[in-house]
Amino acid sequence: MKLKVGLFSFTSDEGCSMIFLELMNNHFFDWEKIIDFKYFKLLKSKNELKDLDVAFVEGAISTFKEEKKLKEVRKKSKRLVAIGSCAVDGSPSNQRNFFSDDKKEEIELVLDEFGHRDKVSALNEIVKVDDNVSGCPMDENKFLEVLNKYLKEFKVV
Amino acid sequence: MHEDFDISIEGLSKIEGHASLDVKVRKGKVKDVKLKIIESKRFFTQAIRGKQFESVPQLVSRICGTCSIAHLTCCTEAIEKALGIKPSEQTTLLRKLMTYGMMIRDHAMHLYLFCLPDIFGKDSVLDFDERQHELIHHAFEVKKAGNDLSKLIGGRAIHPPYAQVGQFLHLPDKNETKQVINDLKKVRSHVFELVRIFYDCQFSFRKRTRFVALSTPDFSFLEGVIKTSQGLTIPEEKYWDHLHRVIIPYSQATGYEFEGKDFMVGALARMNLNREKLHRETKNDLGKYLRIFPSENIYHNNLAQAIETMHCIDHSIEILESSDFKKEPPFKIKIKEGKGAGAIEAPRGTLYYAMHLDNQGKILYGNLVIPTAQNQIKMENDIRSLVSQNLDKNKQFIQHEIEKLIRAYDPCMTCATHFLKVNWI
Repeated sequence: MKLKVGLFSFTSDEGCSMIFLELMNNHFFDWEKIIDFKYFKLLKSKNELKDLDVAFVEGAISTFKEEKKLKEVRKKSKRLVAIGSCAVDGSPSNQRNFFSDDKKEEIELVLDEFGHRDKVSALNEIVKVDDNVSGCPMDENKFLEVLNKYLKEFKVV
Repeated sequence: MHEDFDISIEGLSKIEGHASLDVKVRKGKVKDVKLKIIESKRFFTQAIRGKQFESVPQLVSRICGTCSIAHLTCCTEAIEKALGIKPSEQTTLLRKLMTYGMMIRDHAMHLYLFCLPDIFGKDSVLDFDERQHELIHHAFEVKKAGNDLSKLIGGRAIHPPYAQVGQFLHLPDKNETKQVINDLKKVRSHVFELVRIFYDCQFSFRKRTRFVALSTPDFSFLEGVIKTSQGLTIPEEKYWDHLHRVIIPYSQATGYEFEGKDFMVGALARMNLNREKLHRETKNDLGKYLRIFPSENIYHNNLAQAIETMHCIDHSIEILESSDFKKEPPFKIKIKEGKGAGAIEAPRGTLYYAMHLDNQGKILYGNLVIPTAQNQIKMENDIRSLVSQNLDKNKQFIQHEIEKLIRAYDPCMTCATHFLKVNWI
């Protein structure tokens, strides 16, 4: 049995995905045996959002579309982990929340045009988050710790 | 021949960031091609205004996870020019090394993890079978060598903390340096094999193309003049004057034309315009493969990336073996009002930053031009031609060919959306 995992990316620089790919340098051949990557757009085009054990989610939520997708991810995953500062507490992708009025005015049209929410939110403002891996980019050791915890919880190892 | 059909790809895979594509064919003619960059905006152009200059390179580093070092380095250069300061020779060398580390890691990610599956007819590197497993080992070893090189110099491969305006806060450790040199030497043969794979690859899409790249005297991506395949030479700080911003209403990114026409930046442009400046070891070993250039086959962008990876390894080994980095006195910066602009070559092409500082060292205005935004119009035009040439094929085939071609450009959507101008609409 393998752990069914999804990696999802919202408003961010995808730096945490990059860290994940760098972790693969040392772990790919171990993970291949115990992890089934059901959803991972950076590495594959046939992705399935269904019955996930753990969803790792990077990025903050900036648009209505993202909000909808996040809720769907939550519904289809037994556990949801926020990875990286944007997902955990919104920053730095939430910088527009703190703009002065004149800057807010500048970006208003764009926000409306592309369906942005009034404010950028961290994941836990919208859905239940089971674990956090903070850092910008995310802390590699903490990520491994959380991953190992779920490998045990789902009795994969 | 299909008279009417639509292709709609929601969320292109194996690229950096988020993009989707709509193609409309009516009465056997391509009516519409829309490449939509769907990254949500993070408004860096606005966010940096009013910030103290020292913190800004680390902030813009967050524009892009994979090429954070390029943003950080280019922004640093623009700020240094605005302040009228010139970093030491040692700092310049360290920047080159850090950039090489990024190039090796980033090119390896794109070539092995995003492009090789297309060559082997697989959906993903995760589906590779035993015969291809060796290449996965190579992929991760090459990536790691690049990652460790950037770490050695910058303290981290993504958002490196040691790199500052004017100087580095930390010098590379001698023992770690030896390890990094060994690893670079070890992966060199892997990269040689990668070059052969992309040389043998028969994918082809040719079209007359205008190429633009920063031409550096040692192919180090950081300093030089802008050159074009039309024979123009432009000082890097004047680059902006030749660009024309094009609003693309359905995309979250803005496109650019160079002197009113579409153009291409990136590894293929660099190889076409500057290949004689590659490291001598690279030229010695790769002569046969270099003779393919200049090339107008977009897929040779990948071959060019593989060759560049070899150059980055060779030049890094030479610098690391011949340098004795010493602690330098802290760099004193005299704050003054000023404007500065600089260009470097990021993995995906020419990156331009202009910064205007006030007399307190706060950013009054910042402007940046991203490689993928410069390629966007040409990418769309190429997709249009590709679809027109393949109207007799089935939809799935066409869709896959489009995805392959887009990947050959190695676009980075995360980068492309963050330089929005105010007068957008």
